[in-house]
Amino acid sequence: MVQRWALILGLGTIMFLPCCWGDEGPFFITYTHQMEEPGNLELATKDVTGKPGNGNRFLGSTTELEYGLKGWWTTEFYLDGQATFRESSLFTGYRWENRFRLLPHEHWINPVLYVEFENINGADKGLLEVVGHDGKNDLIQPNADARTERKREIETKLILSSYFKGWTIAENFIAEKNVRHAPYEFGYTAGVSRPLALAARPDRCNLCPENFQVGAEMYGGLGTHQDFGLGETSHYLAPTIAWTLANGTSFKVSPSFGITGTSAGFLLRFGVSYEIGQFGRAARSLFRK
Amino acid sequence: MKLLSLSVAFVMAAWCQNWNLLHQVPPKAAAKSNPMEGDARACRAGAKLFARECSACHGRNAEGSEKAPALRNADVHQASAGTLFWILKNGSLRHGMPSFAHLPEPQRWEIVTFLHSLGQKE
Repeated sequence: MVQRWALILGLGTIMFLPCCWGDEGPFFITYTHQMEEPGNLELATKDVTGKPGNGNRFLGSTTELEYGLKGWWTTEFYLDGQATFRESSLFTGYRWENRFRLLPHEHWINPVLYVEFENINGADKGLLEVVGHDGKNDLIQPNADARTERKREIETKLILSSYFKGWTIAENFIAEKNVRHAPYEFGYTAGVSRPLALAARPDRCNLCPENFQVGAEMYGGLGTHQDFGLGETSHYLAPTIAWTLANGTSFKVSPSFGITGTSAGFLLRFGVSYEIGQFGRAARSLFRK
Repeated sequence: MKLLSLSVAFVMAAWCQNWNLLHQVPPKAAAKSNPMEGDARACRAGAKLFARECSACHGRNAEGSEKAPALRNADVHQASAGTLFWILKNGSLRHGMPSFAHLPEPQRWEIVTFLHSLGQKE
């Protein structure tokens, strides 16, 4: 009974907290140097669906909780799951990431260090990054087999990004290592985006051009430290669009096209996000007298 | 004892000086002029952006909160447009003020136009 009331109170508090604009842009894979505002909590889902080769259609889903601890430090927790047609639905694990902005002021290029711990199984189909020789064969493996493989990995990224005359330009370099075995795997992602209008309109509106951002991402694997290069790696080119409503809820969608034989032919990504302003302060006030 | 008190006061004053973002802006950036100065439409757009981006910390009416200072004061009103623009762009990450560089330049100038109008309404 107490737990139920705590849940109702918690959900009620969230409902009445002010929202903010996420402004995280239209990217699914590429990170920019924009950090979460201190005390803000962003709730988001990132989903991807596809039908790799002769395999079954799948839906990989990631639920994301992003919190701004400091102006220069953002932490994020993910819960991953997937459903594969004619097979099963399962929870595949969690991820915990931290991003650290390295320079206090804006420069023409801005570096951010990203460190993530993943504890997922081989059936994970969130596809939040492509590294090493990841490809469509990983997505074809039956869930019953793939789920037995445990992946405890450390992933690091060097995020470089810039804002130039309304354009956002970002490049990420990825290195990933299973904590127990396997080689170092590498990958990359790059993205460019721009809002449809640079100046804001004075009225509150859902369909103003400044509420839409369009862009494109390209991402793929770069092999391993033993076999570095583009051979047998998968690469994707993905136009993307994001639409933010006046109340701060943001929707984005991105069709991704595989451009090598190893890639899954087509993936459709879509997501929703909502940011709660000053969540930390509101949560602390619940526990004060 | 007097010497100790004076030293503490000096350190406190220096510390407060560092905390005041208005004094950290490079002169070249502070000299920038606002291309939207006095534009009523830009001011209304700035008010909308302020409500969306800034009010969670600085208060709905810029009255300030426990987390961020009030912006309805002479310091902000008298600060040059370039100074406010630089602060919006860079923030002060160590003191909790985020960077708003992700907003396109015209939107940052709209916010500056609105901030300058706050003092006029007082």
